[in-house]
Amino acid sequence: MSVIATPVAGERLLGRTMRGARSWLPAVAVLLLGLGLWEGLVAALDVQRFLLPPPSDIARTFWDERDALWSAGWYTFKEALGGFLIGCSAGIAVALVLARWRGLSSAIMPYAIAANAVPIIAFAPITNQWFGVLNPLSKMAIAAVLCFFPVLVNALRGLTSVHPSSIELMRSYAAGEVEIFRRVRIPNSLPFLFSALKVASVLAMIGAVVGEYFGGTQEALGVQIRNSAALFAFETAWAAILVASILGISFYLAIVLLERLTMGWHPSARAAE
Amino acid sequence: MSAAAVSLRKVGKTFARGEVTAVEEIDLDVQPGEFISLIGPSGCGKSTLLRIVGDLIQPSSGEVVVNGKSANQARRDGDYGIVFQDAVLYDWRTVTRNIALPLEMAGWDRSKRDARVKEMVELVELTGFEKRHPWELSGGMQQRVAIARALSFSPALLLMDEPFGALDEMTRERLNGELLRIWAETGCTVLFVTHSIAEAVFLSTRVVVMSPRPGRITEIIPIDLPQPRTYETREEPRFFELVTQLREALHGGSEREPSLRAAEAE
Repeated sequence: MSVIATPVAGERLLGRTMRGARSWLPAVAVLLLGLGLWEGLVAALDVQRFLLPPPSDIARTFWDERDALWSAGWYTFKEALGGFLIGCSAGIAVALVLARWRGLSSAIMPYAIAANAVPIIAFAPITNQWFGVLNPLSKMAIAAVLCFFPVLVNALRGLTSVHPSSIELMRSYAAGEVEIFRRVRIPNSLPFLFSALKVASVLAMIGAVVGEYFGGTQEALGVQIRNSAALFAFETAWAAILVASILGISFYLAIVLLERLTMGWHPSARAAE
Repeated sequence: MSAAAVSLRKVGKTFARGEVTAVEEIDLDVQPGEFISLIGPSGCGKSTLLRIVGDLIQPSSGEVVVNGKSANQARRDGDYGIVFQDAVLYDWRTVTRNIALPLEMAGWDRSKRDARVKEMVELVELTGFEKRHPWELSGGMQQRVAIARALSFSPALLLMDEPFGALDEMTRERLNGELLRIWAETGCTVLFVTHSIAEAVFLSTRVVVMSPRPGRITEIIPIDLPQPRTYETREEPRFFELVTQLREALHGGSEREPSLRAAEAE
């Protein structure tokens, strides 16, 4: 055994990077291939610019108009984040109440589950009227409602799908309800909660952007996408969509990072490494 | 007469508003330091009885005294540790922190806790696995963590509900031996629910035989095998005699059902 030298840190890092590259390489290749195909087909088939601009044009616009695009993106992201925080906090709070008083849960959950299947985004024009089209709260409201139901349903499932013996064990230690929540139900719910938060992060971005399609200030990304498309400035519309995508993916990854940090113990977190 | 560790007087339990009788007319006295197994077919109420002693289920009738107090007071005082068929370890806690859980809840300070957990890890022979998470352990190791957790606060009474029921035969026999060593070292009283005749004979000082529908005690068989019991114990003629005696006691109820007995003979 002793003849095998431990690899020095540099080698190990290199090795990890190489392994990382091997697993990333196919995805990167597909991306480049896809972009190349898009660019080539648009040129070869002489696709009209307003139907589909080539990626190179979108990239140029993305760069040239970066200040305006990113400031609009940031404005919309703040709406999404606000809605996410409101919706998720409310979802978690209601889940805790329903997990504690189960009778209440059987009265309310059928509606929550049904609401989860409703296209809530359809209410966007109505929240716009409630809070005022120019008020960011109107977008936060729709994002919050979008986030609320999946978080409620999943958090409640996590809080209640506890092995009965786990509860008996806690009761054998003379634990009260608060302690059972703190030590068993809440940790047990975290994997469920995080999958809901990931879904909610995506929904919040959708809610904010689509809410803006129905009206909002000129600073908002959704409004800019809608207006550029209406004015045939398709490169700008596509570049704005790219900004929305980058923000949406970053938001999602931030939740994944938070999940890793709080749930390092979880087998799924280990397996993904 | 010394105070019994567990004393049951005419204990009965009905479910579904009295329509289903889980156990009835249970009288049992367990002396401190005894190792008592409860054995019987499914539905004989042995797990229910264990939970009644642990104040996890309320009896419908009768009186339960644990360590000279009510079952409820005994639970509040942390007089017993409990082990289930599933180890019921918390995935978000390491081995060490799973064992430390009852100590944390009892408000032990850090240094006292650490010292105690170290002792327990040694007792169940899990040294080297302290920082592992439950899913990284085999079923037998998980159950050893559960035993260490149940004993960490030195309860006078250990309640075990088919703790080795999900393990393979070899692991089960090894853990049987370990459990007896731990029992001898700690001097605790054990109330042990099992399906296995050989396990009950090997472990116990007395075996309580129960029959189903309604759950009743039909016989109590003292096990006079010498202590300490070892691997050789299982090969002694007396061991086989007791196994046979216990088997007959368990099937005694089938005398009223000759068809069942004939089916078993085949």
